Amino acid sequence: MKYLSEYRDKQLIDTLATRIRSAITQPWVLMEVCGGQTHAIVKYALDQLLPEQLQLVHGPGCPVCVTAPETIDRAIAIALRPDVIFCSFGDMLRVPGSEHSLQQAASKGADVRMLYSPLDALDIARNNPESNVVFFAVGFETTAPASAMALAQARQAQLDNFYVLLSHFLVPPAMRCILGSPGNQVQGFLAPGHVCAVTGIDDYHVLAQQYSVPIVITGFEPADILQGVLHCIEQLERGESKADNQYRRAVQNEGNATAQQLVHDVFQVCDQTWRGIDTIEASGLKLNPDYECFDATRLLHSPIQTANRKNDCISGEILRGIKKPTHCPHFGTGCRPEHPMGAPMVSSEGACAAYFHYQ
Amino acid sequence: MCLAIPGCIETILNEDTLARTATVSFAGIRKTVNVALVPEAQVGDYVIVHVGIAISRLDAEQAQRIFDDLDAASTP
Repeated sequence: MKYLSEYRDKQLIDTLATRIRSAITQPWVLMEVCGGQTHAIVKYALDQLLPEQLQLVHGPGCPVCVTAPETIDRAIAIALRPDVIFCSFGDMLRVPGSEHSLQQAASKGADVRMLYSPLDALDIARNNPESNVVFFAVGFETTAPASAMALAQARQAQLDNFYVLLSHFLVPPAMRCILGSPGNQVQGFLAPGHVCAVTGIDDYHVLAQQYSVPIVITGFEPADILQGVLHCIEQLERGESKADNQYRRAVQNEGNATAQQLVHDVFQVCDQTWRGIDTIEASGLKLNPDYECFDATRLLHSPIQTANRKNDCISGEILRGIKKPTHCPHFGTGCRPEHPMGAPMVSSEGACAAYFHYQ
Repeated sequence: MCLAIPGCIETILNEDTLARTATVSFAGIRKTVNVALVPEAQVGDYVIVHVGIAISRLDAEQAQRIFDDLDAASTP
């Protein structure tokens, strides 16, 4: 496949790995922010090609993993309403809320449907005028334009039976949270290429300068990731801290202005709670007043009781790069993809699922 | 979640502002994709598609850069 297979070429990968080995003279810790990059690293065993002095830690870039249990509880309460068709990306269905998952709600009779695109939910709304159709809009900046597009089209078509339950997150505030936390070990970042294809890279210049940390906007294929690592190591070895763009074929410095405008029309920035991490200031999106009529929480007439059930999942430490999945006593035993204790074991971008499937 | 893959625009199906759609081929597998957010993209262009929506047009010249950089590095 053009623009994919050439970046998986063995000779290219070997050349990059050799250059990384000759560039590095001392230990460094890098974080790849995006769960898609974590999966590529483990799937292609790229970590095995890297020198021992280089440690890659996995970041919080999996929106399924960081969606708060309270939000999933709300999703379940909405989905259980008899007048609701609840639509979600497949990854969200098995993630446990405070007690149950959407899949368990479906087994109790909820009409839960797995979709590929938010635009498909609009078709379901048009074809089921007697039902309220709710889309569980989960994602980072990459997915925000798609959620915004569905809402803008719903408004244009005056669909009055379409709603969204929002769980949108922004990457730079989470990176700032990691960099500002006591005991932070991360010295350089591979930043998420598809997020930056939408937003551009200005925020990352600010972060790099403010925290004196190199940030390389990186793609998702093996050669992209190794080139991102190489550029990051070269900066660290030279004592530099700049935002650099490895993924130039897809990311323009200014991002996608049309997508940014649409997101700005539909959403505004708000504080957001990240599962396992905390509430981070200005790290999420909420609906603009013009779009509040599409808010699915309007379908709930009473507040949701969230069970305060504690489990031993260490996802918070995994998502901040403090621990690796194999440090968890439940990994592969009490916690497996079919019986997950936490979201990183469920999601196709979760670090625990990556380790379970590929290592 | 941020999984997005490149495909080639084969036909523009309509030019509505919000609903601009195209048939996009992913190595022969054809899907209808919303291309409203890449208004500059035309037939023959490659776009990065995420959850049914194109978010970026691929730059063919920049795509070659990784290979050129490595060639330059290995040439004495």
